[in-house]
Amino acid sequence: MKFGVVVFPGTWSDRDCGWVIDQVLGAELIYLWHKDTDLKGCDCVILPGGFAYGDYLRTGAIARFAPIMELVGEFADRGGLVWGICNGFQVLCEAGLLPGALIRNASLEFRCEWTNLVVERTDLPFTSKCGEREVLHAPIAHGEGSYFADPATLSRLEQRGQVVFRYCDATGRVVPGANPNGSLHNIAGIVNARGNVLGMMPHPERCSEPELGGADGVKLFRSVAGNAMKVLVS
Amino acid sequence: MIAHIIVTPKPVVNDPQGVTVRQGLASLGFREVLDVRVGKYIELSLDISSEHEARERVEEMCRQLLANHVIEDFRFEVIRDGRR
Repeated sequence: MKFGVVVFPGTWSDRDCGWVIDQVLGAELIYLWHKDTDLKGCDCVILPGGFAYGDYLRTGAIARFAPIMELVGEFADRGGLVWGICNGFQVLCEAGLLPGALIRNASLEFRCEWTNLVVERTDLPFTSKCGEREVLHAPIAHGEGSYFADPATLSRLEQRGQVVFRYCDATGRVVPGANPNGSLHNIAGIVNARGNVLGMMPHPERCSEPELGGADGVKLFRSVAGNAMKVLVS
Repeated sequence: MIAHIIVTPKPVVNDPQGVTVRQGLASLGFREVLDVRVGKYIELSLDISSEHEARERVEEMCRQLLANHVIEDFRFEVIRDGRR
């Protein structure tokens, strides 16, 4: 099992992801530079958090044109696992690999705080080690994480069960007060229809060891590590 | 040619910046302001002499990069810059 962590100029969470993969999970890790023209045989590509290309114009707008993104798109088309975290989620939306967009937080503030997430899908390679409607404790750190999609797209996402994580209170209730950024339907993470491309604003790599205040995030990394080999990659 | 492009949040998209600016204006006494939408202005210098061609190219640039059709609308004008 080999994880590839993409590094754009301005990416800041690549080493955090790498630490979890390498030190906590003990899985194989490779960093992929944005100019690379080869995914080097990795089974899961992570687009980590940060401010790729300074987030100029819009978050993720320039990163989507990086040479590596063409390969990531082809990899996703073949069923490969692609996991966008924070800025990575914004890049996936700009690249059209996930629907919708992430806009300025309703508060206009950069929010750096712990949130609770209810897991709505456990049949995915990313969440198979989570319990049914388990509540994960995970931090967010973003200024533009308010999920938006037009009404038709939003209802399609809901009908197809593509919402994977929703902001909730400590008991798992999805309430407005638990929504840190104004995301529609309290959406914190979505998956594509095929189930192999996940985007999420919270940072599982920053809560994968008890020393960091919580270790719920490692469940997602362990899920991927346990499932990636089962996903058909032609 | 010069292109002046205005990118605005779609009417259905919440614009917290606009709301905050409206509140700021109201606190200064400009209570006649009913709504504020904050967008972006982009200016391009183009090596194109035909207005028709410039409009087509700028339209394509807006669609492919300068605006995100999920959340933004765009409009633009192209004018001669006097140098060509």
